[in-house]
Amino acid sequence: MAKTHVTTTVNGDAMEFLCEPGDTLLQALRNELGLTGTKEGCGSGDCGACSVTVNGRLVCSCLVLGVEAEGAEIGTVEGIGDSDKLHVIQEKFLEHAALQCGICTPGLIVSAKALLEENPDPTEEEARYYLAGNLCRCTGYDKILRAVMDAAETMRGDV
Amino acid sequence: MVSVVYEAPESIQDAVKLLADSRIKANVLAGGTDLIIQMQGQNEKRLVVDVKKIPSMMDAIMTDEGLILGPSISCAEFTAREDIKAVYPGLVESAYLIGSTQVQGRCSIGGNLCNSSPAADTIPPLIVNRAQCVIAGPNGERTVATEDFVTGVGQNCMEKDELLASIRIPAPAANTSDAYLRFIPRSEMDIAVVGAAVSVTLDDSGICTTARVSIGAVAVTALLVGEAANALVGTQLDDSALQAAADAASAAARPITDRRGTVEYRKQVVGVLVKRAAKIAAERAGG
Repeated sequence: MAKTHVTTTVNGDAMEFLCEPGDTLLQALRNELGLTGTKEGCGSGDCGACSVTVNGRLVCSCLVLGVEAEGAEIGTVEGIGDSDKLHVIQEKFLEHAALQCGICTPGLIVSAKALLEENPDPTEEEARYYLAGNLCRCTGYDKILRAVMDAAETMRGDV
Repeated sequence: MVSVVYEAPESIQDAVKLLADSRIKANVLAGGTDLIIQMQGQNEKRLVVDVKKIPSMMDAIMTDEGLILGPSISCAEFTAREDIKAVYPGLVESAYLIGSTQVQGRCSIGGNLCNSSPAADTIPPLIVNRAQCVIAGPNGERTVATEDFVTGVGQNCMEKDELLASIRIPAPAANTSDAYLRFIPRSEMDIAVVGAAVSVTLDDSGICTTARVSIGAVAVTALLVGEAANALVGTQLDDSALQAAADAASAAARPITDRRGTVEYRKQVVGVLVKRAAKIAAERAGG
């Protein structure tokens, strides 16, 4: 079967790729574009490891077809920091040791950024609800929440 | 990997033509939060008709007559609409309960209807709000009341060449409001063990003049329970009226025992949720 040609924007850069129409966006990002920061956890939309933004909206890339990226703006973890400087959220994840195995981390960072863009001053409860779709099987979430809340404070300029 | 032919038509007519002309299995793709999972491990070649390029599928327009809801608008976009929440708070709450933030970014009320799960959160509030499903097919449109849309577990009244083109929700009468509650054992990201939606209309003295009660996850489809509504009408929603409505809902429920709950438990809890939802709806209606 012929592959489909898809023209899209990833992290602000125009990109194109070929994929099978049944491939997910997650597969296209990793296998066609070599953007392996986005992880596959469950492949069924439960774990959030593959979180990306499509046209500014947080989604699981395993539940999006690659062909749906045509004309869309995709945001992945590779676009969060600059090439020479980490984003505050990334720095805070390091500072608070908010990771162990690291598989959930890219998804959590993408989701945390989406949270803080929508709500720069979340309560811990709001942050927990927003991030409920990002599962971590190592840390127990405490350090992740500390990193996100600290990042929020820093990004607001409170400290 | 499932072999897919992908099409993204820009009009309802083109979408219906694609579905009608397809010689292979055809699926409508909205948010894909059910469909893409259901396609995993399937080998049968299929047509996937992405309807999100059709403007009317993605709109939600409030008019004096009510809400014209594009079935494929994401729940994230829908629940952010304060104008809709002001009129149908229970419906918006039910849409907000589905899945994680990521799933919210894609899932839709039309998808929730067409997936036709007994536990679908948005169906009971659609029913109490008298939502009508506009179904487009090769021979034009037909309209089906939401309570008649789902016909079984994962089954609905639509033919293979039909598309849920619009959901029309009439403007509620004055002093009317709704509420939806569901029970899940977790605090987030779960599927209803029991759901209950109630809509009430109150007169100036706080007497309930009209009520609608619908219960979910306690039968193969969401049920409209007339006896529960009748128990509320003509009362000030006092404890005895609420208990009568609860008893009617428990009696109407025909649940199964599964890993989420037993028959006895679900029949009990559905009554409790009806009582609580009725109180919330009445407070919102100005009672």
